[in-house]
Amino acid sequence: MIISIASGKGGTGKTTISTNLALSINQKVQLLDCDVEEPNCHLFLDPVMETLEPVIAPVPQINLEKCTFCKKCMDICRFGAIAVLKKDVLIFDNLCHSCGGCFEICPEDAIIEKERSLGEIEQGTAREIPFIHGRLDIGQVMVPPIIKKVRSYTDPDIVTIIDAPPGTSCPVIAAMNHADFILLVTEPTPFGLHDLKLAVETVKILNIPHGLVINRADLGNDEVKKYAIKERIPILMEIPFDKKIAQIYSKGEMIIDKLPEYKEKFQILFDKIEQQVLAGGQSK
Amino acid sequence: MKELVILSGKGGTGKTTITAAFASLAENMVLCDCDVDAADLHLILKPDFNTTSDFKGGNEAVIDQDKCTECGRCIEVCRFDAVNSIFQVDPIACEGCGVCVDLCPEQAIDFPETICGQWYISDTRLGPMVHARLGIAQENSGKLVSLVRQEAKKIAQKKNLTLILTDGPPGVGCPVIASIGQATSILIIAEPTVSGIHDMERVGQLSRHFNIPAMILINKFDLNLDQTKKIETLAQKTNIKIVGKIPFDKTFTQAMIKAKTIFEYNKDSQASIEIRQIWNNIISMPWFHSPVTNNIIQHL
Repeated sequence: MIISIASGKGGTGKTTISTNLALSINQKVQLLDCDVEEPNCHLFLDPVMETLEPVIAPVPQINLEKCTFCKKCMDICRFGAIAVLKKDVLIFDNLCHSCGGCFEICPEDAIIEKERSLGEIEQGTAREIPFIHGRLDIGQVMVPPIIKKVRSYTDPDIVTIIDAPPGTSCPVIAAMNHADFILLVTEPTPFGLHDLKLAVETVKILNIPHGLVINRADLGNDEVKKYAIKERIPILMEIPFDKKIAQIYSKGEMIIDKLPEYKEKFQILFDKIEQQVLAGGQSK
Repeated sequence: MKELVILSGKGGTGKTTITAAFASLAENMVLCDCDVDAADLHLILKPDFNTTSDFKGGNEAVIDQDKCTECGRCIEVCRFDAVNSIFQVDPIACEGCGVCVDLCPEQAIDFPETICGQWYISDTRLGPMVHARLGIAQENSGKLVSLVRQEAKKIAQKKNLTLILTDGPPGVGCPVIASIGQATSILIIAEPTVSGIHDMERVGQLSRHFNIPAMILINKFDLNLDQTKKIETLAQKTNIKIVGKIPFDKTFTQAMIKAKTIFEYNKDSQASIEIRQIWNNIISMPWFHSPVTNNIIQHL
């Protein structure tokens, strides 16, 4: 079973829920941190990393001895990554989407693909749980290939918990697609509600059962609750605003270590998720 | 004309709230919301959506089943696994590269332009504002961010405004890079948490990578004074100026619920007093007065 933890708005508590949930449940579980722009799970779990593998993508390299400057590569490239001049060809690596069009179309076999680094994947163990995360290289823009690579470590025989990035565009889709359940984390403020609605629209496009965790539940107003009831989105957990929790988080510590009563609360959350998935969930 | 971009790396540190607060203080300014994925600034500024335009962000392959001979060439050339075994294109997986379109021997693949969102020019009680909404599950957020910034620049030129105040997206990827190209300065909103510091450091690396001067504001600094100290030490080491610290203050949430900036809600709150001082620090920074040139190519 794959559970993706997402939110729309950033800073609502995705990482807190992902890490504490993974360490609370009584089943075999792995944790994948798919927020590859700003991965944070490792800061709380202190994992022992075992392997490091680069994520690479091909970019074209032109063999000028074979090139006839016919411009077919420039014409097929929709991303403006190739400029053919009279006696030279310029390649803009950062604009290349690695679609391979130029490589396929070149009639002279003058293009070879060289590798560029997009980021890296680390794999290891955190308190006996398999842990995998990805990290985008600074200055790179291609996020989905890194998320896909992290997700290639999914073990279908155990529970997979995915910490997704914020937002509603391609990186989030890459982290939610094909999940069995999406747990949306929000806070009861106007920003939280607005971005929750966007996240719910995203989940509906993917047609995946989903439920809600309201974090800092007593900090704002009741609009999030009213919305959830109206849209029949099950509220699976509420965490009150508590300076103690904020301070635990600020130090990079786990809630379940410092406030052990939360372990059972996360177990109950997991049971509710399982029931939702078994019941076919609330997917409309 | 100067452009100040508010970033944080980590989400939820207060970018939008602080941008709105600065908007109450800044003069001759156009606002620009570059968080096109999950924009929130309009919830405070209540823009009038004066003009709405479609954002045509790309194209999407559609196979004409009548012309298709099921030769399999499209499946073979697509690197995004967007064509399934019965020759349908998954619009979510399709990157819009058009390679299948060009290489289909039967010319059976259409490539219609897709509307990926909307962008708006508005008036607000605090000044003009350019903002956008990327369609759900769409790509090309970087392209939309670049468009929003260009339009803000045009408005600034037309109305003779001296400052573009830009609310940036979280992260360090495509939309963030599109938000900072050729900007005058970046203000990083850091929070004194282990993850806030980690993410702040990555934005700091990004600002150095693109050679744009950065400043740091510590929000909710009293949440953890040890971590605040760590931010101060790191800032000193990397030669980034800290423009001020704001305490944790529930007034921010109360103001947000009333759709007001913190100054409109309570101009005498502790946080308001701090932000006023911070804004004075920012506008007395050297970059605010001298022309700064950056040699950055615009990334999409």
